[in-house]
Amino acid sequence: MKDLGFSISQSRTIDLDKSDLSAYRRVVEKVPSAKLCLMCGACTATCTARNHTDFNFRKVHLLFRRGQFEGLAEELDKCMLCGKCRLVCNRGVNTRAIIYNMRIILENLNYKSIK
Amino acid sequence: MNKADVVVIGGGPAGIEAAYNLARDNHKVVLVEKEKEIFGHMQTAYTLFPNFQDASEIRSSLLQKTKHGNITLYNNSEVTQVSRENDFWRVQTINGLDFIAPAVLLASGFKTFDARYKEELGYGIYKGVITSVEFEEMLKVGKIQTANGEKPRRIAFLNCVGSRDEKVGNHYCSRVCCINAVKLSIEAKKQLPEVEAYCFYMDIRMSGQFYEELYRKSQEDFDVNYIRGRISEVAPTIDNRLQVKCEDTLSQTPLKMTVDLLVLMIGIEASEGTARIGEQVGVNGEYNFSKSISLHTADNKTKHQGFFLAGTCKRPLTVPETMADARAAALEIDLYLKSLSQ
Ligand SMILES: Cc1cc2nc3c(=O)[nH]c(=O)nc-3n(C[C@H](O)[C@H](O)[C@H](O)COP(=O)(O)OP(=O)(O)OC[C@H]3O[C@@H](n4cnc5c(N)ncnc54)[C@H](O)[C@@H]3O)c2cc1C
Ligand code: SF4
Ligand code: SF4
Ligand code: SF4
Repeated sequence: MKDLGFSISQSRTIDLDKSDLSAYRRVVEKVPSAKLCLMCGACTATCTARNHTDFNFRKVHLLFRRGQFEGLAEELDKCMLCGKCRLVCNRGVNTRAIIYNMRIILENLNYKSIK
Repeated sequence: MNKADVVVIGGGPAGIEAAYNLARDNHKVVLVEKEKEIFGHMQTAYTLFPNFQDASEIRSSLLQKTKHGNITLYNNSEVTQVSRENDFWRVQTINGLDFIAPAVLLASGFKTFDARYKEELGYGIYKGVITSVEFEEMLKVGKIQTANGEKPRRIAFLNCVGSRDEKVGNHYCSRVCCINAVKLSIEAKKQLPEVEAYCFYMDIRMSGQFYEELYRKSQEDFDVNYIRGRISEVAPTIDNRLQVKCEDTLSQTPLKMTVDLLVLMIGIEASEGTARIGEQVGVNGEYNFSKSISLHTADNKTKHQGFFLAGTCKRPLTVPETMADARAAALEIDLYLKSLSQ
């Protein structure tokens, strides 16, 4: 499994000059409410998949937005698309649709998940 | 029908301050208040941010102002109907009062968000979940305690309850609750130095004068903890405490914590009076707050001659902002009345 950078000693810098920011634009085209996320983390705290994994939707969403795709496909496999996160979002973000679209785009970019 | 120069609707800070300034300018003012007591939301306040001024001092100052000889105050008199009759405004109340005046000032203020709409936060379900207004009442009587009458070991404050929330239809920020949480956490630590205080926030908005300093003071002198994350679940524990869950977004890790009291920083909405009268007169704007004719240049006037606005019937405001706005409204009304007698 790829390291998503959960360890503290990550040496990576997000270089926005070299990041592919167009993939996220495609997500926003499909799911305009993605723009409204204010990164409050309510979705992550309430996530059903958290019971048995370390999935963090907010973090994955933000890394994708910044064009940091490494390891995200594996992470997204942990989501069951149950939609519970969408119920608590106070910005009305369609979380599930974001996850779904990120998966498709990552697949097209050949960021294969382990499955 | 009773005649007056101005009818002021609402005996909160805005209504009283405006009535007093009009009275000093020799206008006959009728001040009508829905409740038994005047003072509006200052009624339950303990101290005021950002300087911890005793709210009872504000109340006595406001009370003194209502005693001006040109003011007639009617308590227990909810205004139910405002209408235009020829060149006058007619104001009728639930208890049969009927006034006619060339000018009306709407100062009917706000109401606090009903936290039961945020079911996942457990207000009305778990006794340890209370509102900021209820916590302020505890401070006032010097008794911060849990439902079992015990001293809390840990208190959490949750910001933005009923504000910035699409789910309840309020997109706006209520402006006073961030700094109010800082005030309440400091007051909690003053009364119970042993208690642990945590504020959960999405953004900390310290835009007023001395707000940032107070925020800093809460960290430096009172050890208040700040966690950036919105609590999305509250559940009872076996020993009758509350477990709250959020993501600690800055460490990017979910976080849970057991607390004795969860204080919801409830937001500001247009009061029922504001919404209803605004509708009758046709000055309702977004979220039922009343709309002035120009935010920048004529913020106390409406599209109707002789119908004026002051205070939180327009939008969330602090007490100093409300009082300044009320004085501005009084000046506008004074000019208007003088223009009529020329
Ligand atoms: C939890 C909380 C804490 C706060 N703490 C502070 C603080 O520490 N410092 C600070 O500066 N600000 C504070 N504020 C803001 C402060 O409460 C307001 O700025 C102030 O109360 C606004 O005054 P107002 O007169 O516009 O409205 P209100 O205080 O709401 O008064 C309106 C009055 O109109 C009356 N009314 C309504 N409808 C009718 C009707 N139909 N007929 C007759 N009368 C009617 C009401 O009964 C009420 O008396 C706080 C607000 C909240 C929510
Ligand atoms: S709950 Fe909504 S606004 Fe908050 S982080 Fe999740 S998607 Fe973004
Ligand atoms: S849809 Fe996915 S991210 Fe959202 S709560 Fe369900 S498992 Fe978690
Ligand atoms: S003032 Fe602070 S707590 Fe209140 S709505 Fe705005 S951001 Fe939220």
